[in-house]
Amino acid sequence: MSTRTLEMALSTPAFDSHGNPSLVPLGAAARRDVGFDEEFGAEHLLVNIGPQHPATHGVLRLVLELEGETVKRCIPHVGYLHTGFEKLGEYRHYNQIIPLTDRTDYLAPMANNVGLALAVEKLMGIEITERCRVLRVIACEMSRIISHLVWLGTTGIDLGAFTPFLWAFQERERIYNLQEAWTGARLTPSVTRVGGMMADIPEGWEAGLREFCRTFPATLTEVDTMFTRNGIWIGRTQGVGVMTREEAINYSLSGPMLRASGVDYDVRKDRPYLGYEEYDFDVPVGEHGDIYDRYLVRMEEMRQSTRILEQALDRLAPGPINVSDPRVILPPKSRAMSDMEAMIFHFKQVMEGIKPPVGEAYFGIENPKGELGYYMVSDGTSKPVRWRIRPPAFINLSALPKMCEGELLADVIAINASVDIVMGEVDR
Amino acid sequence: MGLVNPAAGGARDGSSVVSIESQNFVTTRLDFLANWARSNSLWPMPFGTACCAIEYMATAASRFDIARFGMERQSFSPRQADVLICAGRVPFKLAPVIRRIWDQMPQPKWCISMGACASTGNVFDNYTIVQGIDTLMPVDVYVPGCPPRPEGLIYGIQLLQKKIRGESLSDPMLREEQQVGPDGLYLPARKVDELSEPFGNSVHQTRSSW
Amino acid sequence: MVSPAVAAPSATAAALRAQFASGVERVVVSCGDTIVYVTRESSHDILAWLKDTPGQEFDYLTDVTAVEYRDPELPLEVVYQLRSLGRREDLRIKIALDRNGPLEVRSVWDLWRGADWLEREVYDMFGITFHGHPDLRRILMWETYAEGHPLRKDFPLRGHFSRAEQTRQALAANPEAHYSLEELSIAQAFGELPRDMQERLARGERGYLK
Repeated sequence: MSTRTLEMALSTPAFDSHGNPSLVPLGAAARRDVGFDEEFGAEHLLVNIGPQHPATHGVLRLVLELEGETVKRCIPHVGYLHTGFEKLGEYRHYNQIIPLTDRTDYLAPMANNVGLALAVEKLMGIEITERCRVLRVIACEMSRIISHLVWLGTTGIDLGAFTPFLWAFQERERIYNLQEAWTGARLTPSVTRVGGMMADIPEGWEAGLREFCRTFPATLTEVDTMFTRNGIWIGRTQGVGVMTREEAINYSLSGPMLRASGVDYDVRKDRPYLGYEEYDFDVPVGEHGDIYDRYLVRMEEMRQSTRILEQALDRLAPGPINVSDPRVILPPKSRAMSDMEAMIFHFKQVMEGIKPPVGEAYFGIENPKGELGYYMVSDGTSKPVRWRIRPPAFINLSALPKMCEGELLADVIAINASVDIVMGEVDR
Repeated sequence: MGLVNPAAGGARDGSSVVSIESQNFVTTRLDFLANWARSNSLWPMPFGTACCAIEYMATAASRFDIARFGMERQSFSPRQADVLICAGRVPFKLAPVIRRIWDQMPQPKWCISMGACASTGNVFDNYTIVQGIDTLMPVDVYVPGCPPRPEGLIYGIQLLQKKIRGESLSDPMLREEQQVGPDGLYLPARKVDELSEPFGNSVHQTRSSW
Repeated sequence: MVSPAVAAPSATAAALRAQFASGVERVVVSCGDTIVYVTRESSHDILAWLKDTPGQEFDYLTDVTAVEYRDPELPLEVVYQLRSLGRREDLRIKIALDRNGPLEVRSVWDLWRGADWLEREVYDMFGITFHGHPDLRRILMWETYAEGHPLRKDFPLRGHFSRAEQTRQALAANPEAHYSLEELSIAQAFGELPRDMQERLARGERGYLK
């Protein structure tokens, strides 16, 4: 058995702040304090998962240092989907950034659109109309449901249960029909504009959403029957991948990951926006911080989202969806064609884009993955100086090494699934 | 692998194109049988990266169901796959990965570039996104859209099936492996630059502000 | 329309001024958010004070990022978004760095683990080094990325190199050691590896690393 210490750089080089390559020690063979029977050897195995792998939920690369089946260290490598959104945003008008936000977290696109519009409106000090506010709540909660459904389906597949994936995607198709009827696109709706919405909901849309809210809880109950008291599910998820309360806060986790660890932080309740303080809903908070609690939190969140949707539909009253501020919203075509001032506003907005005052604003919303924040810095021109996306999935994923230490290899897949990542947002 | 594009330089070693042997009844029947078998049992290698991957998953789910086109088994191992469906944007960091996956696939293999990002780079004409995976590997079918509707992807798959049905077993150019050359590129450098050039409106995007 | 400059800074800003007279440069309110500019030398002490002092308890690090302005006179800023979960309060701390000076600050990894990847990303995108970070290397681009730091304003949108060169470098940033983990995993086989591979692995050499 080799007792030579083999220190090698892992994957591609790491530099510490002095410019020296920071090496990753490999091989317990050299460490006599491990407490192993030396005859059998304590060789560690490096296993590479990804970046192309069905269970990594996108292009994520995990390098695991395994001792038998136990994970000694997990090193995630991200950046395989880095698209340069933040750089690209500096070359786009504020309204042109909205289609880009669809593509960061593509599982909950409408919520991203809403977040960006709210951030720019905070920067400009714009108050949106009541109808717009309710429509945006509807958009956010629909996004929450479809995002959690993807999480549910793919987590089921990772743990071996294929059928709920098909049920989840069938439900998603119903939401996709509604999204398509509203905006024209299933997956990249770009539904908001700064100061308003892209379009109002068409006739008959409300009835469609009400029908969905009526029948969706039955599907959730079906999935609940399959999973919640299932011995295999419980065995694979309870006590696995635990993050304690203090760890969760220190690692800046957000969303269901944070709440499953017992921290009652939901941006909709703590820093309400879009009138969420007027809606009657509960925020599920877990206790143990394991995968099972995250599962329960997300399942309950879907039920609560249905509740919010019904209240929002009741609250929806006729009215304008856009503010009547000609500096951000295009004037009606008839006026733009006849009135000189309106024509100038139209021209300026289309050719130059909207121009917020010099300043900066951070706006965080409760995305299905966690706290999605948009930090916009403006220098008075029509393109932002800095568009920063505070990515909940990226920060939640950074806790993966902590959660995987000491777990088994199969648990790594389950833990990775429970983090609910979307690589578009992790890598931006 | 798809048909060699003569404009891209054809056979890399510069040899002249070999003509297909004269067709007779037996070879055409054999071709028909082989192509029928291949086109109706394409096992996809879903190289899903971004939003198109979600539409791909929707296509594979119950409502649209590509299993009825023979794509019952999603092969996540390239060794057992027939068609690489690149669904989503490919950054430069991922380029060696997709190239490696392509090289690992055995012949006969085809490539569907799903979505605008895989076809041309889409709106992401910046420092990090490959401007079309055809700069990295030969592509048979391009499916436009951002993301393409599942019906669009199915149409693309059907186009590929039609293309396969037109192939011939005796054509040596079809199954030739087009590897990354000694200069480290799949296509000549000026061809990569030409394919990646912005055109139309996108030439204006580098203006930082008014 | 609400004028953004009307709101008064939060009580924390006053407390900081009282506690760290020399460390706090100025306090600004933008769109209702309190922003405190601190000096580079005192940043770690101030952030630790904010985290640990009863009555402040900024236990949650929302975000770490950096901003570079188009105006070359303005400095580079490192931005910390903090939140006190218990007191439901937000705060933004900024460190202004002279563009021509050393782009270095002290890491807050020891205070908040959430800063781990966030600081790595700032290093990757802006080139700002964080002293005390255990593993400061590129996270979104590949580690031997040679074009620079993408979010800097002197970095063009499409990058410095031509597309062909970017493709070539991307495909080459994948030397065997990057993927041949089987050699790395078998410590006993080290002696059987070819000599140059042994030297390369022992040096930790990868690709363009000099």
